[in-house]
Amino acid sequence: MQSLGIEVLFQGSNFMRLLGGLLVTIEIAFTSIFIGTALGLLMGLLRTLKSWPLRFILRFYLEAFRIIPILVWLYVAYFIFTPMLRVDIGGELTAVLVFSLWGAAEMGDIVRGALESLPKHQLESGKALGLKAGQIYRYILIPQAVRRMLPGTINLATRMIKTTSLVVLIGVIEVVKVGQQIIELGVIKAPNASIWVYGFIFILFFLVCYPLSRLSRKFERRWQS
Amino acid sequence: MNLNWNYIYESLPLYGEAMWLTVKLAFWAILFSLIVGLVASILQHYQVKGVQTVITAYIELSRNTPLLVQLFFLYYGLPKIGIYMSEMSCAIVGLTFLGGSYMAEAFRSGIEAVPRGQIESGLSIGLSRLQLARHVVMPQAFAISIPSLGANAIFLLKETSVVGAISLMDLTNLTRDLIGMFYRTEESLLLLVAAYLVLILPLSFLLSWLERKVRYAEFGD
Repeated sequence: MQSLGIEVLFQGSNFMRLLGGLLVTIEIAFTSIFIGTALGLLMGLLRTLKSWPLRFILRFYLEAFRIIPILVWLYVAYFIFTPMLRVDIGGELTAVLVFSLWGAAEMGDIVRGALESLPKHQLESGKALGLKAGQIYRYILIPQAVRRMLPGTINLATRMIKTTSLVVLIGVIEVVKVGQQIIELGVIKAPNASIWVYGFIFILFFLVCYPLSRLSRKFERRWQS
Repeated sequence: MNLNWNYIYESLPLYGEAMWLTVKLAFWAILFSLIVGLVASILQHYQVKGVQTVITAYIELSRNTPLLVQLFFLYYGLPKIGIYMSEMSCAIVGLTFLGGSYMAEAFRSGIEAVPRGQIESGLSIGLSRLQLARHVVMPQAFAISIPSLGANAIFLLKETSVVGAISLMDLTNLTRDLIGMFYRTEESLLLLVAAYLVLILPLSFLLSWLERKVRYAEFGD
């Protein structure tokens, strides 16, 4: 009987290597999500202020990420910033840098949307009670906005995890690269490896992203009613 | 930064070709995604038995996996079980697989947003289910979906930047190649960014104009 070729996933340390590659992907994604969310919270607050130069600059910053594909930004950072600074920060850090800045832009928009969706009387009641601006944000606006931000934030996280697959194109050794190595190594012995390896990576990404999408939808439904 | 304008001028035709490829890919991807999305959302809306599970599974699979991995699977994986496709077909199939689910979600939320009263009024004047869909639900659902359909179209256009991974000479792949050959990094990247601006800015303006236009069709307000 001809072998199916699925054994290639379990030969030697292949299985663990693929999982290790996935870990690199997740590490890059989650570091960027963390930094991006922190920066994005600040950016979202700034975007609700009534200073038009600030609004313009931050809007421009967001649109730059929305119009130019992320892969292009990865290339720009990889081919220009690193040589310009004359330090080799490597593909991984480049990726974290780009994804964090992108995440900050998108997160800023989510935060702004959530803050602006709050009824105006919330702010006014706070003022009427004699709270200072900082207190209004701290005790009234932010706690309410956080609920509205949650579904969007989780969606952004899954988008960032999916986009992290691109880092293989700037030379980072993550799950897709490990997959390619396994396929190349088995060209003779396991000629059918590619369908299993890529199928497996496909499922791995699904297993990471699907629970997050479910969670996001759950929050969306709960707070809609 | 000292730009070599001569180099930029000489590379323009290459970038033109790559842009044309991107436009072609995006055109077919958006068109097929719209068709897949429309069919999927209609089947889902009318709760056709059996098909519904398949559609839900498709939407979840497509939305929760990266395009790059989908393309690798199509291009390097499928030939192993005897399914051969050209790079171009792989890219279009991959982009449609991805875009179809996004379009389906956009149509679905459009259909759900049509006020209940509209459907009931249609039924009360004796329209059949088909007439109701054709004359009442769909035109309004379509108008409501326009902004998200437009956003998805731009999303797909941007996603074409990944097809270089299956050796299509699109804008990003060309840039990578040129940088490798001539070391004119700044110039090549400038052209790359400029090319995407030229492609996406007009599309984005066109869509916001279209959005304002179709708003007139909305009931009430």
